[in-house]
Amino acid sequence: MGLQTPSAPARETRDSVVIRFAGDSGDGMQVTGSQFTVETALAGNDLSTFPDFPAEIRAPAGTTFGVSAFQIRFGSQEVLTPGDDVDVLVAMNPAALKVNVKDLRAGGLVVLDTGAFSERNLVKAGYVRSPLDDDTLAPYTVLKLDITKQTLEAVKPHGLGQKDGLRSRNMWALGLMLWMYGRDKQATIDGLAKKFAKRPEIAAANISALNAGHAFGETAELGHDFTGYAVPRAAVPPGVYRTVNGADALALGLVAGLKKSGLERLFFSGYPITPASSLLHDMANLKPYGVVTFQAEDEIAAVCAAIGASYAGALGVTSSSGPGLALKTEAIGLAIATELPLVIVNSQRAGPSTGMPTKTEQSDLFQAVYGRNADAPLPVLASSTPADCFEVAIEAVRLATKYMTPVILLTDGFLANAAEPWRLPNVDDIAAFPVAKRTDPEGFHPFLRDPETLARVWAVPGTKGLEHRIGGIERSYDSGHISYDPANHQKMTDTRFAKVARIADDIPLQRVALGKDSGAVAVVGWGSTFGPIHEAVKELLAEGQAVAQIHVRYLNPFPKNLGELLGRFDHVLVPEMNAGQLVAMLRSTFLVPAESLSKVTGKPFKSAEVADATRARLEPR
Amino acid sequence: MTVVPTPQLTAKDFASDQEVRWCPGCGDYAILKAVHKTLADLGVSRENTVFVSGIGCSSRFPYYMSTFGFHTIHGRAPAIASGVKLANPGLDVWVISGDGDALSIGGNHTLHLLRRNLNMNLIVFNNEIYGLTKGQYSPTSRKGTKSPSTPQGSLDTPISAALFALGAGAHFVARSIDTAQPHLVQVLKRAHAHHGTSFVEVFQNCVVFNDGVFDEFTAKDVAADRQLHCEHGLPLLFGKDRQQGLRLKPGKLELEVVTLGKDGVTLDDILVHDEKNRLMANMLAALEAPEFPVALGVLYCNPAPTSYEDDVYAQVAAAGAPKSDINVLLRQGRTWTVQG
Repeated sequence: MGLQTPSAPARETRDSVVIRFAGDSGDGMQVTGSQFTVETALAGNDLSTFPDFPAEIRAPAGTTFGVSAFQIRFGSQEVLTPGDDVDVLVAMNPAALKVNVKDLRAGGLVVLDTGAFSERNLVKAGYVRSPLDDDTLAPYTVLKLDITKQTLEAVKPHGLGQKDGLRSRNMWALGLMLWMYGRDKQATIDGLAKKFAKRPEIAAANISALNAGHAFGETAELGHDFTGYAVPRAAVPPGVYRTVNGADALALGLVAGLKKSGLERLFFSGYPITPASSLLHDMANLKPYGVVTFQAEDEIAAVCAAIGASYAGALGVTSSSGPGLALKTEAIGLAIATELPLVIVNSQRAGPSTGMPTKTEQSDLFQAVYGRNADAPLPVLASSTPADCFEVAIEAVRLATKYMTPVILLTDGFLANAAEPWRLPNVDDIAAFPVAKRTDPEGFHPFLRDPETLARVWAVPGTKGLEHRIGGIERSYDSGHISYDPANHQKMTDTRFAKVARIADDIPLQRVALGKDSGAVAVVGWGSTFGPIHEAVKELLAEGQAVAQIHVRYLNPFPKNLGELLGRFDHVLVPEMNAGQLVAMLRSTFLVPAESLSKVTGKPFKSAEVADATRARLEPR
Repeated sequence: MTVVPTPQLTAKDFASDQEVRWCPGCGDYAILKAVHKTLADLGVSRENTVFVSGIGCSSRFPYYMSTFGFHTIHGRAPAIASGVKLANPGLDVWVISGDGDALSIGGNHTLHLLRRNLNMNLIVFNNEIYGLTKGQYSPTSRKGTKSPSTPQGSLDTPISAALFALGAGAHFVARSIDTAQPHLVQVLKRAHAHHGTSFVEVFQNCVVFNDGVFDEFTAKDVAADRQLHCEHGLPLLFGKDRQQGLRLKPGKLELEVVTLGKDGVTLDDILVHDEKNRLMANMLAALEAPEFPVALGVLYCNPAPTSYEDDVYAQVAAAGAPKSDINVLLRQGRTWTVQG
């Protein structure tokens, strides 16, 4: 794949490239990016992608707030982030150029559709004069192409009207970019034929546009800079791969967890909310794997139905984003009080209240760990990459069922939507954790505990001899009956804490993700900052600096050795997409002088931002 | 295999060993007794029966049952019960709620349980007051109700529980009175027999904060004249000698009270109760004392062909044969192999 015709000039080799496809939300940029991703994955590069789309479903065409973008970074080395600076910007209209050009590195390439740079579109984008006519684009290499005209010519034989014909502009641009990086296009052609199987003329038009864009690159004189590039294959471990985003990996992890638990049914209830809805959609398609899904009337009903399902013996799972989690809070307290298993997924998004629903943030850590009335501890886990969502979902199911507790799994808008190649695990190699329900009436009461885990028995309706009553009212440690006894409440509160604390004995010790386990600076992160921190630390290690990356999956309880590990570094720097939450927890828990690196722009960290902040803590050499 | 018949449980067998802690004279005792008797008469098993409640005086109910019970949080019992039923449709699920729990804080869940139509029974103990929090007016309190939070009288128009249920799309709506023992048991049996969500409103006297609020139609001396016991297929007659009845006002979609033998009214003029007629159910539910008798019994029963959980599991079955190989699932779609 990616072979050049023998007569073509040699392609310039690049280690890593960042491309951003940007256009109007109706221009099909997400499809374009996804297809480019597939072809890139098939070409053997490591990659990371991130879509950036507006909150409005159909914002007025041509406006800056209607711009939708898809960024992909791919390379011949390990790639863990969608990239800091954009090398190539494909701008399908003036608004897309205006919104995105500031992220293009100096000297980067802009490919733009001059056909879309009409007076009208320029005004809508807020350009007083055309950026094609002034020095706006002077720092960049600009490839001005009339993609509109080229597309219409390419699709002419298929008899489409102008409006339908123009819908294929994205495929023309995709064809050009596939040529530019020496990618194959067969997977895209197959995909289009399948997608539009019922409208063959649309399929044919799109394929023609794709081929035309590709051919244009191959034949047109684009200047000496445009011989195309080659990005060699990445040296990745052998195995079977697919691309996966966090939402898909979570759904797969949940059903894998169900299987490992030996439970028959997973009950998933949710209420539509960005960016968590895609998990509900995924789960709705997994019914043959023991899944029942329920779109509840509100967030509260969603968590309550999941609690009811767990009470009845299924694995209850609910999912939302921060504002929805806020609504679920009281019910989570009920699950803590009645000690029922429950997995709660929070795909975090930016800001208090509605905030910025489509933008990422990780500012619900306090909410997850502390955000309930009264003393209400529960385990909190966070996934760090899209593929990691799979493992963390299984772990959440394990902890929920083994310890009879609700578990909060934190992910975020970035992880939910970002995609990366995933080396598929052999699920048979993952340890099972069969769940035993109580059946023996002898000596039974509903708050009998496993002496080791302190988990109470799971006694489900339908089991003869185990009829009992539970509820939110405090209950006797010894009988499960209602109890207002002061000493009993102390004991039950202590027990609920002890049960969660004991999980620390059942999770791996904190390891250093990169670098040595002592040194000048430990860069400590959690969740989706893994990629940028990893790349930053890697770069600093290559410079010979005594830095390390510590990435925390278990946020409550912390791994037993975490405090001691942090103590072995001169500085602890905690980059977070919030105003400083993990850093506060580390300081209060371990009394370490950890420092915060906060970013709350709705965008992920750039690795350069993390590297710069880390460098600032290093002694000048 | 020999089948050992389960010994028939008595009403007493459905009582738990917990001391009942309602105020002496509370209508809840009578309802508890009626439920015990209903379950005994139905011959159901304790282990298959689940009582789910919210918060309020009525919601203490599950503690006094020897079945499975879940005393949850304020207003959410219908949602939790929905999860119970969807996880295990074989369970016999009863939701116990009150006027504040079901119609104020939990109004949304009540609405959606009714429109979804899961096969379970929802009993709303309506005492027109918040008892557990010491007597504030509730969503069913009549306008002008003086309470600690409304010393000058409440301003809100009360909601009619039965009309709400009908409006929400309930397929079964019935009413009874706490102390009307044989009637309440009958109504509960009908509710249990209905496939779908059965909504039962029980007028329940709060002896402490709202004593006698239903006397207008429940007091012994007026009961016969102010209660209309609706029975499917029978004329809507009431009164000590069953001489009064309801008919449509000529030329109007409006009910009026008439007396047999007076002004030429005969039995043929009296409306016959059709419990499958939603419009009639709405008109009956809207009758208010003292101008009209209060309609009791099964006002509406028109089962849908299937309940919600039937449909959910039909979709699960339609989605294909059960699968369990997660490795196959992970490898669906486009994959590629990197050789070692």
